[in-house]
Amino acid sequence: MAQKKKFLYVNRKAPYGTIYALEALEVVLIGAAFEQDVSLAFLDDGVFQLMAGQDTAAASMKNFSRTFKALGDYDVRKFYVERESLAERGLTVEDLMPITYEDEAEDYAEKPSIIPVSRAEMAALIAQQDVVLSF
Amino acid sequence: MSMQYKVGDIVADHDEEGYLTDITVWNRDLALLIAKTENIELTPEHWEVIDFLREYYEEYQIAPAIRILVKEMKKKFGPDKGDQKYLYELFPYGPAKQACKIGGLPKPTGCI
Repeated sequence: MAQKKKFLYVNRKAPYGTIYALEALEVVLIGAAFEQDVSLAFLDDGVFQLMAGQDTAAASMKNFSRTFKALGDYDVRKFYVERESLAERGLTVEDLMPITYEDEAEDYAEKPSIIPVSRAEMAALIAQQDVVLSF
Repeated sequence: MSMQYKVGDIVADHDEEGYLTDITVWNRDLALLIAKTENIELTPEHWEVIDFLREYYEEYQIAPAIRILVKEMKKKFGPDKGDQKYLYELFPYGPAKQACKIGGLPKPTGCI
C-alpha cells in the first residue's frame, strides 16, 4: 500500500457569507475516505469557524459548526489554531467549542482535537506537508 | 416519472435519486412509502438504523459515511449490528445511502 501523505486543509475565511468554509468541510469529509494523515489549520478569519455557540437561524443557513465534532470519527483529529489570529480578533482558545476525539489505544478516552500554535509554528507545520489545500 | 412522494395529504418533492428535497417534511408514513419504492419492508431492525442515522444527523448535521455508521452502530448496539454484512442485508443497495433516503436525510458526503 502506498505510504500515507500529510494533508493540510487551511481554513482562512469566516464560516458564513461565503461558501469556502462549508466546501472545505465537504472536501475534508470526502478526503477522509482515503485514510491519509490529515490536519486542519485555522488562521485569519478562519478561527471564527470554531467559535462556540454559533446560531445560524437568522441567516437561514445550516449550522455546520457541529459537523467539526464528528471529524474525530473520521480520524481527523488535529485542529491547529493560530494564537495570533485569535488574539487579533479579541478571542482566546476558551471562546472555541470543545472538539474531542476518542483514542482507541486508550480505551476510547476523549482527548482534545484543538491544538493552539504560534504563527511561527504554523509556518513550520505548513512547510512539513505533502499536500496543502487552502480555502 | 413523478418527482414527488404522496402519502395522504402530504406531497413531498424528491430529487432524481429519490432523496427528499426538503428534509423537514419527513415523517414515518413517508418513510414507509419511500421504503416501498426501494422494495424494502421496514422491520424494527430497519427502524433502529434509520432512527440512529436521524439522531446522528441531528447532532452533527451530516449523514455518516458507511464505515462510520458501522463503527458507531458497533459502539451502540454491539458487534452483531455494527457489522457491514448485517447492514447490507437490511439495506441491500448500501445502508448509508438507502437508509438515509428512507430516513429523509441527504445523501451521505463521501459516499462514492
